[in-house]
Amino acid sequence: MSEELTRERAQALIEEVLEVYPEKAKKDRAKHLMVNDKAITQSKKCITSNRKSLPGVMTQRGCAYAGSKGVVWGPIKDIIDISHGPVGCGAYSRGGRRNYFAGTSGVDSFCDINFTSDFQEKDVVFGGDKKLAKLIDELEMLFPLSKGISVQSECPVGLIGDDIEAVSKKKAAEIGKTIVPVRCEGFRGVSQSLGHHIANDAVRDWILSARDEQPFEGTPYDVCILGDYNIGGDAWASRILLEEMGLRVVAQWSGDGTLTEMENTPKVKLNLLHCYRSMNYIARHMEEKYNIPWMEYNFFGPTKIKESLREIASHFDEKIQEGAERVIAKYTPIMDAVIAKYRPRLEGKKVMLYVGGLRPRHTVGAYEDLGMEVVGAGYEFAHNDDYDRTMKDMKDATLIYDDVTGYEFEEFVRQLKPDLIGSGIKEKYAFHKMAVPFRQLHSWDYSGPYHGFDGFAIFARDMDMTVNNPCWSLFKAPWQKPAAAEPEQKAA
Amino acid sequence: MAKMRQCAIYGKGGIGKSTTTQNLVAALAEAGKKVMIIGCDPKADSTRLILHSKAQNTVMQLAADAGSVEDLELDDVLQVGFGGVKCVESGGPEPGVGCAGRGVITAINFLEEEGAYDDELDFVFYDVLGDVVCGGFAMPIRENKAQEIYIVCSGEMMTMYAANNIAKGIVKYANSGGVRLAGLICNSRKTDREDELIMALAAKLGTHMIHFVPRDNAVQHAEIRRMTVIEYDPKANQADEYRTLAQKVLNNTKFVIPTPLEMEELEDILMEFGIMDVEDESIVGKSKEAA
Repeated sequence: MSEELTRERAQALIEEVLEVYPEKAKKDRAKHLMVNDKAITQSKKCITSNRKSLPGVMTQRGCAYAGSKGVVWGPIKDIIDISHGPVGCGAYSRGGRRNYFAGTSGVDSFCDINFTSDFQEKDVVFGGDKKLAKLIDELEMLFPLSKGISVQSECPVGLIGDDIEAVSKKKAAEIGKTIVPVRCEGFRGVSQSLGHHIANDAVRDWILSARDEQPFEGTPYDVCILGDYNIGGDAWASRILLEEMGLRVVAQWSGDGTLTEMENTPKVKLNLLHCYRSMNYIARHMEEKYNIPWMEYNFFGPTKIKESLREIASHFDEKIQEGAERVIAKYTPIMDAVIAKYRPRLEGKKVMLYVGGLRPRHTVGAYEDLGMEVVGAGYEFAHNDDYDRTMKDMKDATLIYDDVTGYEFEEFVRQLKPDLIGSGIKEKYAFHKMAVPFRQLHSWDYSGPYHGFDGFAIFARDMDMTVNNPCWSLFKAPWQKPAAAEPEQKAA
Repeated sequence: MAKMRQCAIYGKGGIGKSTTTQNLVAALAEAGKKVMIIGCDPKADSTRLILHSKAQNTVMQLAADAGSVEDLELDDVLQVGFGGVKCVESGGPEPGVGCAGRGVITAINFLEEEGAYDDELDFVFYDVLGDVVCGGFAMPIRENKAQEIYIVCSGEMMTMYAANNIAKGIVKYANSGGVRLAGLICNSRKTDREDELIMALAAKLGTHMIHFVPRDNAVQHAEIRRMTVIEYDPKANQADEYRTLAQKVLNNTKFVIPTPLEMEELEDILMEFGIMDVEDESIVGKSKEAA
């Protein structure tokens, strides 16, 4: 970037970008764009979020079904998720999130298979309840080792008012397994965010209290990982650190998670919340009902990991606190070596982020560990409590954008000229064509894990090989050479 | 030959739409007209008097049995009854499940694609479920479908409310398509000054009462035998009433975009004819004890 990003420049940039909109759209979008001011503690004073996207703009948001089936339920490995409705929702949401699991697909694990009731016209007209019941029978016959089933409602199910709750209850009694109806019809809410909430509520109502009165051999060191979806193995790289410091990880929600783990979660001593946006609801519920405290942590980059490990340990006795210090001492030289290798190659590089639940703020520390600076960050579906947190993690006078439109994002990039963009598949190729280095921060671009100390080594390598890839200077075709070169060619 | 006329019959549930439609159609058939009835009601009772059957196999039921609607042939769903009248029932789910509106849409799309609307037809009649509760039941009055709407009503208050609401629906589609209100059919319930009342309502709506069908037990006698009066007792007075209605429909040229009434206007008419008492604002919302 040629010039320093000042408050005045950032504000002018927002105004310039807004200029093209009609009056009403300008007024709306202006509320979603801000220049960070660390003096303000409450984001509601300067940014609006979780509102309906403007018709006509290119938004990157998903729907409630995506939030429920894709994010929260999908990664639970021993539960079969039925995409209840026409085939597309299930087919196009299959296997895109890279949530790893350990198990045998189709035998005891079902994350990467699309199960759908494949609604036809007659199912809409006559209702899909009978088909759902039959489908559950067939699943039970074909996949007897599944531990349960979730029914993920697509739009038509909500429109025609099918009674999936009644079917679920009846069939659950028949097959003796958990069956959870989830009312996550895509037309509900303004983004995938409501789907997370609906999914949390369904877990609360149909799963969480299943083992309340049953004996459990607990330890004082039992914890649960909430909001880690094991993208590229993230939850595994997190879990080993917790275990090395002496904690017992009873459950992972929901990456590589199981139904049994979820049922046992009310017995833990502390809930560790990584993705606040998608699982704060269930954490709050367990605090109210079971008196389990919860805390947010951040396992991106050594600085934040060390802070988090110490804060987690502070909830336990000296044994765990020593364990945390031991883990930190063990990994610090390894992390120092990673930083010594990559920081010189990445120092001073500017990053812009536009992602989902937690990464626009959680990865800031990891980039800073590598000497990089995040100059802009935004969320697809955040609420204001996310922005409260983001404003603390971002530097002063950086850009913050909510539900950014395709046009706004491109203009910001054109003007700020970041050295790296971290966003999703929908943005990727537009920025590739603009010759801007790009990493997918939803799926880690076929790489990962990025969580934990092990993940940071991979994160650092990936950022380096993207930013310093020689390909970016080769994007101009010979006939697109700078204008100054043209007269010479004509003369020759 | 003359262009095929497509008519839809609407009206409050239970007012006698299906009976009126089938007797009217039977009279038209008797007069040599080629007619098709499309029942747009999951109850599927729009063709039983023409076919002498309990309920015809419906498009949606046959489609469900066959697998999908694409697996059906026109012959499977189309039956011919009295006077060569072609009969189709869209069908739909039992009460409380699924989406009956989508059933109507699917059935009508199927009939169009399969060429049920052939050039030989003089009339197509859509017999539609009581209220236009969703887009599906408005399907028959969308573009290129029914151009003429007849509303069946009587001197009872709620049937006139319903008629006025249906008129509102027609206004919406009149602007995007060519649908027009063609008249009110008064199916008598023997209330006081019924004919005058419906004529007054018709005038306010900008249309006319096309015919006053008196109440006659001949209709019930015929219905027990699953027949129209026209077929069961051609010499009955009531048969002549339906023949008159048929002639009036044949000769009808008064097709209007209706002017639905505000609720107050409608209530004024009802009060004028003594159907409704003049409202006493002082008693509204007061319980028996409080008064």
